[in-house]
Amino acid sequence: MKLRELTEVLKADILVENHGPDEDIPLGGAADLMSDVLAFGAAGMALLTGLTNPQVVRTAEMAGINVIVLVRDKNAPPETIELARELEITLIRTSYTMYEACGRLFSAGLPGLGVVKIRNDSW
Amino acid sequence: MTHGDMTVQEITKVQELIYTTRVEDVMATDVIIVDPSMTVADVRALMKEKHISGAPVAENRKIVGIVTMTDIIRAMEEGMLYEPVTTAMTTQVKTVLKDSVVAEVANSLGIKGFSRLPVVDHDGMLVGIVTTGTLIKSLLRQMDRSFQKNEAEKLHTYRASHIFQDIVSDDTSLLLRFVVDDKDFSNAGKASSMIKRALQRLVVNPQIVRRVAVAVYEAEMNLVIHTDVGGEILVDIRKDKLSISAVDHGPGIKDLKQVLQPGYSTAPEWIRDMGFGAGMGLANIKRVSDMMKLISEPGGGTRLDLVFNLDHSQ
Repeated sequence: MKLRELTEVLKADILVENHGPDEDIPLGGAADLMSDVLAFGAAGMALLTGLTNPQVVRTAEMAGINVIVLVRDKNAPPETIELARELEITLIRTSYTMYEACGRLFSAGLPGLGVVKIRNDSW
Repeated sequence: MTHGDMTVQEITKVQELIYTTRVEDVMATDVIIVDPSMTVADVRALMKEKHISGAPVAENRKIVGIVTMTDIIRAMEEGMLYEPVTTAMTTQVKTVLKDSVVAEVANSLGIKGFSRLPVVDHDGMLVGIVTTGTLIKSLLRQMDRSFQKNEAEKLHTYRASHIFQDIVSDDTSLLLRFVVDDKDFSNAGKASSMIKRALQRLVVNPQIVRRVAVAVYEAEMNLVIHTDVGGEILVDIRKDKLSISAVDHGPGIKDLKQVLQPGYSTAPEWIRDMGFGAGMGLANIKRVSDMMKLISEPGGGTRLDLVFNLDHSQ
């Protein structure tokens, strides 16, 4: 899915724009636990989250995520906006809830990771 | 890389810029404004003096029309040289909002054939003007800036990646030290960010960089969340392996077996509210590292040692 379609499907505002509308988004994921993002985040994934603190941007940086979608019409604090600018991460805001934002994107054809397993010895 | 590839890359860069740059960043703000009280003859003189071929007509920054050389010539042909400019101007003015993206302007200027677009703020007040000239000038300036940034990063990478060839010893290693403050949530992750950047400049395989970044970030968050004194992260980079230690003199860990259980957490509520402390940190670190060792005792601080094998075949 292109970034343009993602913002249309979510009727989203772009808060920090670091990628053009033709940027390819290969898959999506949603989490409010940053350790889950670090465990299951894939490079290039669009991350949907209800958290707005700067650590969301840091976590995205570590996981190789370029696009973050803030759900439930949450406004990002200035530190978060600032860090997203610095780390060249695109920050988007939608008024849909996490459930509905995910549902809309999935129906529109944006896949997730499929079945994941977490084991002590797996990578 | 062939010259052809370069051209394609530059075109992509222009496309990217026109979608990410806002009109207010490319517009000229020193707009020459025509006052509605001026006559056609006054405007003709103004255009000649300022070397312009058109200008918005506005009263107190509120646009009432736009007048071009074509309008002036027509008015002169019709013998209206000393009539007010408001009789000769075009009143249907295409304007653009200052925070719209440049792509919108490029479309109007390029395809729809407008030569200039007055820029307005949300109250409809004139704040600037864009023409093909101002647009191209600022795009070129921005391309130059991002080109320079890229080149600077390439130079850093070139210098860093040759360190193991340039510095000769029986066993060369590069030691990076980072101090992590406790409870400093807004700065948490800075050390990890710098470590990630260092490894990228050393041209470590991107997959390994990502694993290291995840591990070191979890370790850094542990220092921020669980110690009351902060700690230190040491990164020892050798040609074939990377050893990382996160050391603190905090309260230590009572039951080492328990903290290694996925989901076990002693993090306070406010940390959980921020998306951390789910008890997955050490499990994540263990999964991404090639070796993990955790040493701790109550009151004696904690030491986490990690090893990553570096694959230099890539």
